[in-house]
Amino acid sequence: MKAKLVITPKKAVLDPVGKTVQNALAHMGYQGVTGVHVGKYIEIDLAPGTDKAQAREALNAAAHKFLSNPVIEDFQLELVD
Amino acid sequence: MHVAVLQFPASNCDQDCVHAVRVLGHTANLVWHKDTSLGAADAVIVPGGFSYGDYLRCGAIARFSPVMQAVIQFAAQGGLVLGICNGFQILCEAGLLPGALIRNRDLQFHCEQVYLRTLQRDTAFTSRIPETSVLKMPIAHGEGCYFADEPTLKALEAGRQILWQYTDALGQATDAANPNGSVQNIAGICNARRNVAGLMPHPDRASETLLGTDDGKYIFQSMVAALQKA
Repeated sequence: MKAKLVITPKKAVLDPVGKTVQNALAHMGYQGVTGVHVGKYIEIDLAPGTDKAQAREALNAAAHKFLSNPVIEDFQLELVD
Repeated sequence: MHVAVLQFPASNCDQDCVHAVRVLGHTANLVWHKDTSLGAADAVIVPGGFSYGDYLRCGAIARFSPVMQAVIQFAAQGGLVLGICNGFQILCEAGLLPGALIRNRDLQFHCEQVYLRTLQRDTAFTSRIPETSVLKMPIAHGEGCYFADEPTLKALEAGRQILWQYTDALGQATDAANPNGSVQNIAGICNARRNVAGLMPHPDRASETLLGTDDGKYIFQSMVAALQKA
């Protein structure tokens, strides 16, 4: 089993990297891009037979406490077999 | 004053902090990040650098070091803790200070002299800063843009916890004088109890005239004065 964690900057937080990438896309001629938000992707390998519900709970706590900073970031956690 | 200066893997201002404290006539020793005790310290400095390579987020991994548990306990007992640059980032990650430090708005690493206005002088970190002076100190960071949400900012203002702002040489907090995009030009803050403070500029690199400015000494002298009063 794998856990996939996508971390993105909160909307209210300045995201100069996203803005720069957005500008670059515009310069390259890509039309209709109204926003780019650059975050992080973390993939976590879990031992075979891991209880999915327990893993979700534990990783949610870890994401709140350590893997993301709730002051500036949001996260989405997905568990896949 | 005897200061414990923390040392993480990739701290790079630990020796500067020890040197600055000694130059000012006090004593300091380094405390390794795996240590669980601060020894007989009167105050703690969390120095600048790139602890754990800034992996994940600046300060995110350092905050879980064994020594940080001792720092959290020391702060809970009212001990003076000063975080400089990466030390400020670590204290925010540890929840000892509110808010967070994110990438500079222009995405560039800024290594330059800045001017600071001191907003509050009734703290253990600012009491000896002359009323009229604008402090000159260096910064050296890529992720020093202070961010806090609106309710947190309001609480910081109400609690008079914003200690330093980036200004021009005349003490005006203009946008041009803001090197990294920090909200309200914030360069440094303290906690509600006023015993933990953090700032991005480096008083440790500005405590001798030989280094171009010795304005940083006022912050250390304020800490000494507070400890003498206690």
